[in-house]
Amino acid sequence: MLHIVNKSAAERNALDSCLRVAQGGAILLIEDAVYAATKGNEAESRLRDAQSHLKIYVLAPDLEARGMQDRIMEGVTTVDYGGFVDLVTEHKNCQSWL
Amino acid sequence: MSTIEVNGKSYETDEEGYLVNLAEWNEEVGSYLATTESVEMTDQHWEVINFLRDYYNEFQIAPAVRVLTKAIGKKLGADKGTSQYLYDLFPYGPAKQACKIAGLPKPTGCV
Amino acid sequence: MSEGAIKKFMFVNRKAPYGTIYALESLEVVLITAAFDQDVSLVFMDDGVFQLKKGQQTKGIENKNFSPTYRALDGYDIEKLYVEEEALAARGLSEEDLLVDVTVMPRAELGKLMDEMDVVLSF
Repeated sequence: MLHIVNKSAAERNALDSCLRVAQGGAILLIEDAVYAATKGNEAESRLRDAQSHLKIYVLAPDLEARGMQDRIMEGVTTVDYGGFVDLVTEHKNCQSWL
Repeated sequence: MSTIEVNGKSYETDEEGYLVNLAEWNEEVGSYLATTESVEMTDQHWEVINFLRDYYNEFQIAPAVRVLTKAIGKKLGADKGTSQYLYDLFPYGPAKQACKIAGLPKPTGCV
Repeated sequence: MSEGAIKKFMFVNRKAPYGTIYALESLEVVLITAAFDQDVSLVFMDDGVFQLKKGQQTKGIENKNFSPTYRALDGYDIEKLYVEEEALAARGLSEEDLLVDVTVMPRAELGKLMDEMDVVLSF
């Protein structure tokens, strides 16, 4: 399934809860959640662990809006809005974490 | 908001005529609300009304019709646990009319 | 919703009651969904497990105590209630502290269950 997270990992536990529960599939980070997929932030190591069983995507417009496109962590794929739609349709189901 | 007057005392209702404060309900208010729904109250009507109030006290919601029907059948006998029986008593819908007479809010999920 | 097709719905509850409206909103949507004869599961994880704590008394905060309504779910044929084992432990709670019968499940199992759903709604 596709998990969509939109809250900063530093402020809310949505990403951590998602990482604890998700058994496979993909995570798409959007809005304030994109910071989690950048080099040197505290959530990076947790996302790195998750990469063994989850594919991680970041919404490029949100990353760029925050000036973070220069420090995206390795192994993370950026998508545009069209890619966002593709991800949703490619997966059997999805959850938008609150 | 509007108000109804029963025995010289006034009670607040919402725009659809449901009693605002559940705790203010008494049988006279119930009887009055029945007249606004053109329902002539009998013992069988009161049995359902009292059942609804008990249900609300226990669960803090007015039950959906399907749930009410099933629960009535369990408590008052299978012959009464049919929608036919309840619609005969409350022609415009047991959940809607009976809840109003019982002083309960409109059932959740009742559109 | 296409008529006749039964879908697997899961409501994921992660918020404590009263501080925000999410818990109550979720419960109301669950009750409405029940009218459509779907396959409904409820999950309580993180602070969401607090929703099921016994002994809630809300007079002092002038909020409606909606915790008794969880006991009505059975009558609505909603019987699949899952609680995250780790969340209970992290909050000093055990199954006996909860006001309804639930299935306590490790989070990894919850994740597998989630994967099987047609629709997952977050609250």
